[in-house]
Amino acid sequence: MNATDLFVLSPMLLLGAASVVVMLAIAVKRNHAVCAGLTLVALALAMALLPFVASVGPRRVSTLFIVDGYALFYMGLVFAAGVCVALFSLAYFHRRPCYPEEFYILLLLCSAGAAAMVSSRHFVSFYLGLEVLSVSLYTMIGYLCVTRRGTEASLKYVILAAAAAAFLLFGTALIYAEIGSLDLARMAEASTRQSSNGVMLVGFALMLVAFGFKLSIVPFHLWTPDVYEGAPAPVTAYVATVSKGAIFAMLLRYFSTVNEEGYGSLYMFVSITAIASMLAGNLLALRQNNVKRILAYSSIAHLGYVLVAYLAGGEAAVEAVTCYLVAYFITTLGSFGVVTVLSLRRDDRDADLIEDYRGLFYTRPFLASVFTLMLLSLAGIPLTVGFIGKFFVLAAGVQGALWWQIAALIIGSVISLFYYLRIVIVMAAPVPAVEPARHEPLEWAGGAVLAALTFALVFLGAYPSPLLGLIHALFPVAQ
Amino acid sequence: MSLMLILLVPLVGGVLCLTLARDDASRARRIAHAALALDLLVLLWIWLQSGPLWFYEMRAPWIPHFGASLSLVVDGLSLLMLLLTVSLGMVAVAASRYDAPERPGLYYFALLSMLAGIAGVFLAGDLLLFFVFYEVMLIPAYFLIALWGDPRMDRNTVATRFFMFTQAGSLLMLLSILGIYFVHGAATNDYTFAYGALLNTPMPLRVGLFLMLGFFIGFAVKLPVVPLHGWQPDTYATLPTGVGIVLSGLMAKAGAYGLLRFVVPLFPDAAHGFAPWAMSLAVVSILYGAFAAYSQRDLRRFIAYSGISHLGFVVLGAFSGNAWGYSGAVIQMLSHGLSAAGLFLLAALLESRASTRDLSVLGGLWRSAPRLGGFGLILVLATLGLPGMLSFVGEFLVLLGAFQVSPLHATLAAIGTVFATAYSLRIMQKIFFGPETVSGPVADLKGWPAVPALALSLALVGFGLFPQPLLNLADSYGSTLRATAAAPSAGSPVPMLATPTLRSRAPQGDAR
Repeated sequence: MNATDLFVLSPMLLLGAASVVVMLAIAVKRNHAVCAGLTLVALALAMALLPFVASVGPRRVSTLFIVDGYALFYMGLVFAAGVCVALFSLAYFHRRPCYPEEFYILLLLCSAGAAAMVSSRHFVSFYLGLEVLSVSLYTMIGYLCVTRRGTEASLKYVILAAAAAAFLLFGTALIYAEIGSLDLARMAEASTRQSSNGVMLVGFALMLVAFGFKLSIVPFHLWTPDVYEGAPAPVTAYVATVSKGAIFAMLLRYFSTVNEEGYGSLYMFVSITAIASMLAGNLLALRQNNVKRILAYSSIAHLGYVLVAYLAGGEAAVEAVTCYLVAYFITTLGSFGVVTVLSLRRDDRDADLIEDYRGLFYTRPFLASVFTLMLLSLAGIPLTVGFIGKFFVLAAGVQGALWWQIAALIIGSVISLFYYLRIVIVMAAPVPAVEPARHEPLEWAGGAVLAALTFALVFLGAYPSPLLGLIHALFPVAQ
Repeated sequence: MSLMLILLVPLVGGVLCLTLARDDASRARRIAHAALALDLLVLLWIWLQSGPLWFYEMRAPWIPHFGASLSLVVDGLSLLMLLLTVSLGMVAVAASRYDAPERPGLYYFALLSMLAGIAGVFLAGDLLLFFVFYEVMLIPAYFLIALWGDPRMDRNTVATRFFMFTQAGSLLMLLSILGIYFVHGAATNDYTFAYGALLNTPMPLRVGLFLMLGFFIGFAVKLPVVPLHGWQPDTYATLPTGVGIVLSGLMAKAGAYGLLRFVVPLFPDAAHGFAPWAMSLAVVSILYGAFAAYSQRDLRRFIAYSGISHLGFVVLGAFSGNAWGYSGAVIQMLSHGLSAAGLFLLAALLESRASTRDLSVLGGLWRSAPRLGGFGLILVLATLGLPGMLSFVGEFLVLLGAFQVSPLHATLAAIGTVFATAYSLRIMQKIFFGPETVSGPVADLKGWPAVPALALSLALVGFGLFPQPLLNLADSYGSTLRATAAAPSAGSPVPMLATPTLRSRAPQGDAR
């Protein structure tokens, strides 16, 4: 390992160091704003480092990491999400009954873990990143442990995530027993001939279960609505975006050459999972009266859409999935951001019941307009970034001739309009009684993030060329 | 750049309504009128500038990564539809006074942005751009129905159903757009959404049929063609008058325009093979719409069903595959746009005077409001297709074209025009004759409210007597279609959208 190796890993190292700094800062004096500020500075610095690291060129660091344009792109995505969540948290935890400072240590660790995942080339580094991310998330989900639902959500996530980790380890062990290597590229290469080997088939099936849990696709989705509902709104935003995006980044790098011949039953299984996610997610969302749960089921459906692009395989899949994930990140962070900002003015619980949104167009026109745009983007209406994502998914699906999956996607999209529009209708309904506005000093933080996300949503929706240019610059994706 | 102005002027007007006239209805209406008048001037300027060559284009890069460009094109057909858009837009703004919408600034902003979206549909020369406009015009429409619809109806459900129906059709169309994009790209290695390039894409008939069906369903939902019409009657009964004029007069035409512009030229072979089915659907629409229209009590629902019947003729003409059919379809689009807008206006006038539009309640209005009756009479005569009215020219040409392909379909469709006489005279009789049921004298048309009614009447009669200018304009487009239809799957390149005008075509002689 030499200086250049250290330099290309510097964003990750910086975040690790920053978590120690925040810890020390807390030891000196508890101050919410200082901790949040340090976190934001660290994340911003890490993001500022990315273009310099990119100029070094693709580089393999020991057997564990690979830092190329692709990894850096996803790191940028993860860090940007971290910045948004940090700002949301700054506003959100300000008045909550907890010590908010330690939250930022966890957030930094999460970001570092996700960065390790997206740049891993060895199972060990991937798994370490995953666990750093997951363990921090357990705590973040239950951060407001005074609430019953928060505790329940946290416990549920701990138990199921631990089980999923066990599946992942056992599956990997079986594959290791067969091929004698934990190098992800070797594993991926071996995966194309698993159908002839029972032990490997079981190994990959077990890994699939673990990933399915993390991505919350049907039938491994049962934790999603409860955890989304129970977790504090900014944490939900993070769970919904970063932990899923980081897994997809790894899968795409190594397993994007999936095809029907090499994979047989597993390919079939993923196809059915995708269709089931799109249909079940959208259908289950219809009857919900809690906005967080609606968004949870809608995210299950969205992951199904991403899987359609993923199944198409090849470079088109990398492009389509990356594009969709960017859209999904912007839109999901924005939606939960609206829930966060709306929750600031109440102490008892998050503003997640659909009744909390009644008449929002009159009482909080900015939030209502932002939320409407986010929902239209989730529905994939043109001139929002969600349409660009859906366009890419459909294009990849048509290229791959995945007609069944496309049919499910179209049916799912049409159903989804119903519950997205339902929220919009409630927001436009007349107000029952105007409650006196409570002054929240830190609301600007959430509002600023929402404004930035809305700008990105409309700008990239109308003119996606900069984003596409960036994604094109990532190719070829190294292994 | 001036083509961009056609879209920008209403949008800027809408923003001005929103900022300068948030709560001032009459000022918002004045701004909207001014914006549309300015837009009309821009259109006329483009018309005068373009000279004998009916083709005008602007192109700018948009998403070069997959060959989508910001390309706007005008030819005869587009120009006709744009003129209709702006004129009916002005009627819609004038008619909005009867709705007295709350938050007028926002209302007119939504109305004008919907008009801009519709204008974009008629302008787009790139399939992806077309799709974006086609979808984007729905969002203001949705909000206009959900927020300003008739509160006595379940307007939220109606709006959601409208959105879901059209969205389902649109997604199928997007799939077809992607399909033709990849088929064309694979065949020529030129991945582009440009309309001109995608014409004459070689493809197997089966593939063409599937892709064409996607487009057809997407457009048929908007028209609507019969099995896909479920959203329409409730929507028409619910929406505000101004929006009704735009939806029936223009948005339905966007579907018809799509049939003429995309379905037939892009898939000539498939459209030819599908023609018997499409024409059968058209005939079913004509007859079903006529039957249903006869039994309506609500004037707005009557407009919905008679519209289904009338637009069936457009489908019939579009798929007849000859010049008469095409020209007839274009004329029928214009004629139905004007008469449907007039009927919505009539419904609003009746509601503001007699506070109902229920045909079983109304009666005997002729005595106190003869001028209103005159307006109604012209609309009724236009609906039933009396010679001398624009609709006669359209229906006649369509029947002439269809008869050469399938006498059976033409005969059945002609029977539909007989029903049209019955159902339209019925509403005349119900509203204006018979015993006087509304207590007190009903105010007649006079002053400013009479202007849009007079303008629509004059257009229906005037162009009915002298359809030649419209036919000439439409023809500059029809000649392209004939070139594609005459030599399907021949490799000869067809010029982008339109060729210079070919004068003195057969249908014009017949129309007189």
